Amino acid sequence: MMSKQYEMVIGLEVHVELATKTKIFCSCSTAFGGAPNTHTCPVCTGMPGSLPVLNKQVVEYAMAVGLATNCEITRCNKFDRKNYFYPDNPQNYQISQLYLPICRNGSVEIQTENGTKSIGIHEIHMEEDAGKLIHDEWGDCSLVDFNRSGVPLIEIVSEPDMRSAEEVIAYLDKLRMTIQYLGASDCKLQEGSMRADVNISVREAGTTKLGTRTEMKNLNSFRAIARAIENEKNRQIDLIESGEKVIQETRRWDDTKEYSYAMRSKEDAQDYRYFPEPDLVPVVINDEWIAEVKSRQPELREAKLARYKEEYGLPDYDADIITGSKRMADIFEAATAICGKPKKVSNWLMVETMRLLKEHAMEPEDITFSPKNLAKLVELADAGTINSTVAKEVFEKIFDEDIDPDEYVQENGLKTVNDEGELRTVIGQVVKDNPQSVEDYHNGKEKAIGFLVGQTMKAMKGKANPAMVNQILKELL
Amino acid sequence: MSLTSLTAVELAKKIKAKEVTVPEATKAALDAIEKREEKINSFVTVDREGALKRAEEVQKLINDKTLTGALAGVPVAIKDNMCTNGMLTTCSSKILNNFVPTYTAQAVENLEAAGAVILGKTNMDEFAMGSTTETSAFGVTRNPWNTEHVPGGSSGGSCAAVAAEECYYALGSDTGGSIRQPSAFCGVTGIKPTYGTVSRYGLIAYGSSLDQIGPVAKDVTDCAAILEVISSYDKKDSTSLKRDDTDFTSALVDDVKGMRIGIPRDYFGDGLDGEVKEAVFAAAKVLEEKGAVLEEFDLSLVEYAIPAYYVIASAEASSNLARFDGVKYGYRTGACEGLHDMYKKTRSEGFGAEVKRRIMLGSFVLSSGYYDAYYLKALRTKALIKQAFGKAFEKYDVILGPAAPTTAPRLGESLLDPIKMYLGDIYTISVNLAGLPGISLPCGIDGKGLPIGMQLIGDCFKEKNIIRAAYAFECTREYRHCSMTEE
Amino acid sequence: MANIISDETIEYVGILAKLELSEEEKIRAKKDMGDMLDYIDKLNELDTAGVEPMSHVFPVNNVFREDIVVNGDDSEQMLKNAPEVKDKSYVVPRTVD
Repeated sequence: MMSKQYEMVIGLEVHVELATKTKIFCSCSTAFGGAPNTHTCPVCTGMPGSLPVLNKQVVEYAMAVGLATNCEITRCNKFDRKNYFYPDNPQNYQISQLYLPICRNGSVEIQTENGTKSIGIHEIHMEEDAGKLIHDEWGDCSLVDFNRSGVPLIEIVSEPDMRSAEEVIAYLDKLRMTIQYLGASDCKLQEGSMRADVNISVREAGTTKLGTRTEMKNLNSFRAIARAIENEKNRQIDLIESGEKVIQETRRWDDTKEYSYAMRSKEDAQDYRYFPEPDLVPVVINDEWIAEVKSRQPELREAKLARYKEEYGLPDYDADIITGSKRMADIFEAATAICGKPKKVSNWLMVETMRLLKEHAMEPEDITFSPKNLAKLVELADAGTINSTVAKEVFEKIFDEDIDPDEYVQENGLKTVNDEGELRTVIGQVVKDNPQSVEDYHNGKEKAIGFLVGQTMKAMKGKANPAMVNQILKELL
Repeated sequence: MSLTSLTAVELAKKIKAKEVTVPEATKAALDAIEKREEKINSFVTVDREGALKRAEEVQKLINDKTLTGALAGVPVAIKDNMCTNGMLTTCSSKILNNFVPTYTAQAVENLEAAGAVILGKTNMDEFAMGSTTETSAFGVTRNPWNTEHVPGGSSGGSCAAVAAEECYYALGSDTGGSIRQPSAFCGVTGIKPTYGTVSRYGLIAYGSSLDQIGPVAKDVTDCAAILEVISSYDKKDSTSLKRDDTDFTSALVDDVKGMRIGIPRDYFGDGLDGEVKEAVFAAAKVLEEKGAVLEEFDLSLVEYAIPAYYVIASAEASSNLARFDGVKYGYRTGACEGLHDMYKKTRSEGFGAEVKRRIMLGSFVLSSGYYDAYYLKALRTKALIKQAFGKAFEKYDVILGPAAPTTAPRLGESLLDPIKMYLGDIYTISVNLAGLPGISLPCGIDGKGLPIGMQLIGDCFKEKNIIRAAYAFECTREYRHCSMTEE
Repeated sequence: MANIISDETIEYVGILAKLELSEEEKIRAKKDMGDMLDYIDKLNELDTAGVEPMSHVFPVNNVFREDIVVNGDDSEQMLKNAPEVKDKSYVVPRTVD
């Protein structure tokens, strides 16, 4: 049994791939996919004599993230070389920023069950991503693909302000949301466009001295992060309790086996010999430039949330869920602008969209349907042109294939039948065919009417106007 | 007199006048190479076929007036640290013994656009580290004036090729004196331009903050014409400068009246060979007689330039040369056990002793605990050296001194004592640290029959001052061909 | 003031620089590096207090590239220089994190 109480001290290093079209130092595409090494050039494969030229958009995205996280923008930026040998690093140095990072001293507010808390941001710097190493199944070798080499990254280094996995997740969620809203990255953990390295130490509750920390890598989902933190906490406490020492080291999390192991090599001195990158000139940022970037800053989540409640009268719950993803919010606004029915649009997003996302194990960012088609669907349903059952069916089509609902309803003859004569004929037949149910109804079994409605709908292939069916049935009975 | 004795500009005029064809001029150079390479070894690669084919093409472009420039049709040799698309580029190192770039250095592209015919790639100290062209993996280059002596370095192949008249002009690169010192040793003229004037794209880096490409030729006129062509603002090189004053040939004026020339006393102290001193002073007198105003002054900090340079250049080199690891190009070791063993064996087998020495030093001065004491100290010293030059250029248009303390040493002497060899760069190195332009040109012959070179240093962007002074001096004397070219 | 370079230092720098020296080379390297550092220590004579380290010789700033894709696929040519290629990739000895 644990006798003492411990608390965790956690700081994060979050790498975010920026949504630029080209790499940070060359004009190669950053597009995902493509055969190995097809998005490479002499610069991003470290060919001798090649030289880097900085992508201006990288600076602006980094500034935008810094401004949105309350950072000070460094007026004179320089790049430094971080020297280490590894095959995914074609020059065997990474161009990064050590001495003069672009943003410093920021903070973001997070909400957890324990209320609001401010997490400090130590710095944000710009750097280049490495290539990909694939281990060859057949030979005793690894294969290097430089398509990702030189993709721009920002690294956001927090202060060691977090005390629980819950706070870590809240912090990451906050960063993700902010950066997505800025359009600076899609921040997908699974695909690696957002990656978090977690620095963890434990100490006895109530003490102020920091314990020895470890750095945890290879965390590919919020769940993995939460599990790895719990696991590492227990590992460190066990060490301390048994009188052993925590060693400062980098560990790699294996989420399938739910354990971590030390990444150690005698061949790595961890001495990066940083020095100013002579091939790049300083980036000087003045007030005008900052103001310009600020003026282009899109509405962030908090502002949007407030506006949705105010402008569209959305309930708190709806506004919270819809603004929980930039993609959702964009669809909501665009669809509402077309059909002018915010609450109806919201309902489609909150209920059916969320259900289908879950069913397909997708993120809101993966949504591909157009707001225009959702708006049309809202109109169709609202006008009673289709009934709600049909509407759900049509929505699934929209979700999967982004079909035009007007055309789809037309082509498949899904319009609700409002023709009283036709309904009377069909219902008359249903009543005739189901004497037992009719009798049950007359004997006071109210439920029997439901069965008859169902039979009618079936006969009408779901297209009958439900209100009219009810009314006519009662009449005929 | 043979065709190859012409300067580049003279040859271009004859080609334009249809007195000589480009293929003839090319063949003359290739024949000279064939005849003299055995003795000199100034080339790593000679592209006979490619050059002759290109000569025909260029001749056509001249005939139809597409090419009309001052260098159109003139064959050139390129130092082997400049990438040439489809042509072996080795940096005179085993580690790049099979590297064929897919791109061409911007400076070379500029020459090609002006109608140059590339004869081949010249030998150099491995990765431009050295002052003798003895550290090449492809054998030493010998001084055409006396083959028992070194041609200087690291652009020894380019300078020897020009002196031996195996080409009409050449490109070199200069990180600490690598154009100016071998030019002096080989009796030819070379310019190291202001940092940023010539694009470094495609130049295989040694010390990125110091490297510049420049011309090597028989005279100042050629050098000005070549520099005019290779200078360009290049978006691929972030340190490239936008300049609108690169019409260097406009400075070829035989007039130094009123030009203020500073002579740093610190360049004429201990260690300077007596004959060199005498020749350089005599050259200064010539300029004075032509109306220049001479004044001796103390530049200061001269002895700190070399240690600062070796810290900065080695540190940058240790990082620049990290990419040679046997993965993407170049040499890879045979048998190895695992990744790190492959790295170590490849690099240990692929690099020569001097390169390893500088990589080790550079890695050390950047390593944890030493960065401030060595690297930052050197960068501060660099700032002071630049300040000292800034002060001097408030008073003078040009600084005049020797290009090297001695004439060319004998083969095999220099590498025995690296520090002594490094001291040989004492007059050239600070120019790179301060980013300034410098020209080296012949000003005499010593008792051993070896050329003596003087150096003129200008303020940044003031190439025209040193070109004018050098041209005025040159007008007072004849170009001395080395005896080998008369055989 | 002489700098004595230890075996450990040479070993350590060898790891950093990925160079493997023979015993003979190590002896020479220790001497050379010691001599060079002695020589470099000359810089300590200079008072550089308050002097900004000069990483870039000219005050040129803000050189950028626009975010436009212009590079095509040159991989076939570039891979020709690689010592070993498989599946359009550069081959290295098996590397595990």
